[in-house]
Amino acid sequence: MNVEVRAMKTPAEQALSAAYEGARATLPGKGAIAALREGAFKQFETRGLPHRRVEEWKYTDLRALMRDAYPIAPPPDAAAKSRVKTAGNILAGVDSRRLVFVDGAFAPELSDLAPETGLAIGSMAEALAKGDAQVAKHVGKTFETDDAAVALNTALMGDGAVINIAKGADLKRPIHLVFAAGSDKPSSVFVRSLVVVGDGAKATIVEDHDSGAAQMNVALELVVGDKAQVDYFKITRARALHVASLLASIGAKATFNAFGFTSDANVMRNQNFIRFAGEGTHAGIRGVSLLRGKEHADTTLLIEHAAGGCESREQFKSVLDDSAHGVFQGKIVVKPHAQKTDAKMMTRALLLSDEAEADNKPELEIFADDVVCGHGATTSAPDEGLKFYLMSRGIPEKEAEALLIQAFVDETIEEIAHEGIRDALKFAALRWLGTHP
Amino acid sequence: MSKLLEVKNLHVEIDGKKILNGLDLMVEKGQVAAIMGPNGSGKSTLAYVLAGKADYKVTEGDVTLDGESILEMSPDERAAKGVFLAFQYPVEVPGVATMTFLRTALNAQRKTRGEAEVSTPEFMKLVRDTASHLGISQDMLRRAVNVGFSGGEKKRNEILQMAVLQPRLAVLDETDSGLDIDALKIVADGVNALRSPERATVVITHYQRLLNYIVPDVVHVMAKGKVVKSGGKELALELEAKGYAQYAGEAA
Repeated sequence: MNVEVRAMKTPAEQALSAAYEGARATLPGKGAIAALREGAFKQFETRGLPHRRVEEWKYTDLRALMRDAYPIAPPPDAAAKSRVKTAGNILAGVDSRRLVFVDGAFAPELSDLAPETGLAIGSMAEALAKGDAQVAKHVGKTFETDDAAVALNTALMGDGAVINIAKGADLKRPIHLVFAAGSDKPSSVFVRSLVVVGDGAKATIVEDHDSGAAQMNVALELVVGDKAQVDYFKITRARALHVASLLASIGAKATFNAFGFTSDANVMRNQNFIRFAGEGTHAGIRGVSLLRGKEHADTTLLIEHAAGGCESREQFKSVLDDSAHGVFQGKIVVKPHAQKTDAKMMTRALLLSDEAEADNKPELEIFADDVVCGHGATTSAPDEGLKFYLMSRGIPEKEAEALLIQAFVDETIEEIAHEGIRDALKFAALRWLGTHP
Repeated sequence: MSKLLEVKNLHVEIDGKKILNGLDLMVEKGQVAAIMGPNGSGKSTLAYVLAGKADYKVTEGDVTLDGESILEMSPDERAAKGVFLAFQYPVEVPGVATMTFLRTALNAQRKTRGEAEVSTPEFMKLVRDTASHLGISQDMLRRAVNVGFSGGEKKRNEILQMAVLQPRLAVLDETDSGLDIDALKIVADGVNALRSPERATVVITHYQRLLNYIVPDVVHVMAKGKVVKSGGKELALELEAKGYAQYAGEAA
């Protein structure tokens, strides 16, 4: 007789196991990739969906949130592709290279594939199927973690983007990865992308989830070479259960900026696993979440300073109205030999209602002795003194409040170097506030 | 002259503590009225109550502008009616550029009054001209309101706002505190430029010095939450010489 080592599987866990068993034969990739899937699936089977007693998932209990798992989305048909026309319009005013993914599947016919020196674009499903060497080298290895959501993604990864930027290349336009929902039935999607930026290359990558399947588990592995300059954005506007993992490894003397923008997301978890693997890198990891209704957004960072002399700035802000729930968990780990690390983390939540909730959990784990590290967290309502000052100049209360919220959010958005994207996100914030059409 | 502001038997408390005790004050159109008094006499409270700060509770009395009570009006409605408070401690507004702030404020007031918005070129010219008179650089206009400004720059920024918004009743709360003599002159010039038969200015100050540059038509002395003496500009000099001690007992 079998002995149960853990609680009974939930219907969602059973459905996910069945989905894997059913798809195993047809999921792209053989040999090492199939073995990677198998290992990841076993890991998921052992741990199940993460729940509130798993420290890292305390505030986002996926087991409770996922009553059921939806079937994996079928490959998009013409009708599905026709539904995604306006997806990604948040960057409508930005001259970018648009690559479209419908229910996770790469849609070359909807994408801008104009050739550019030093840039190679491909589909993850194809790369896995044909045993692409670069994909085999990096997938599952950029930042190894035993996180259950990542394991589930690895087991079931279907399609996604594979972007290669050659050494020294300087991309003219941002790459805009648009992930859109095509299926009209509740479905689940497992997207896996890989972006490799060569030494000294410059690139701007935008991962844009505009709505999306009812259940999305996405992961992006990002390998940044020495002296490369990379600006990475993740925009999430998903009426869905959206779980995303960034797995990044940053080389020496690089400049790396990451920015997360979230609004209109039912339940979102953005987990960022970022390792500074080489010395002398400067990084800014920032984000803004705008939530209302019953929305829930969780940003979780694991920043690992594995090499010395790196500077990282983490700044996350959330604006929470109604009974929205914002979560920020930021852990900075400084490895024993990572001397001269300079890391500062700040998280601020602005509560617009008594029912809104913000959970902030900054953590430092420092094993080196010559470092400068700090963190701070604030949660507050809009400042009455500031509001009075604005109103005393003739600005009505609602407008004054909107101006203060805008300023609160803009302070972080202002850090974005790319002017077009900066403005696009400012306007998106204004639209959320209702002060911009 | 006709009266612009009238404060009648005003009683005000904050957190249950009584600050104003039946204050009476009248300011006529075209007048510059100085309000002087020792610390704790209720000068700043009066300024805040006129502007409509919510923490203060009016328990008795009334405040009228052109004969209309303003006590039920929100601060922005009062501003649209022409009330302006130059803050003793102007707050920093991170993330809101001075230019944006001024335009939002001016257009909001005009909208409330049923007037058309000012055009951008017209507005830019107005602000640039005024700013250069006040020694405010273009860079300061682009920066967030008061963020990183020195004490003197903050006070000059208050005067800039006043000059752009053209209030009918300007209340200057200790605008001279923390100013060196050059800044004081610039601020005074800004206030004097706004003098007109249609407007009035209430200058709240602890010291007589500012009144050498903004010459008042009338001086009111406050003690213990009421006006205890009124007179001409010579009253300020008398106070400078004798101090406030003589009024310590009067309101008791």
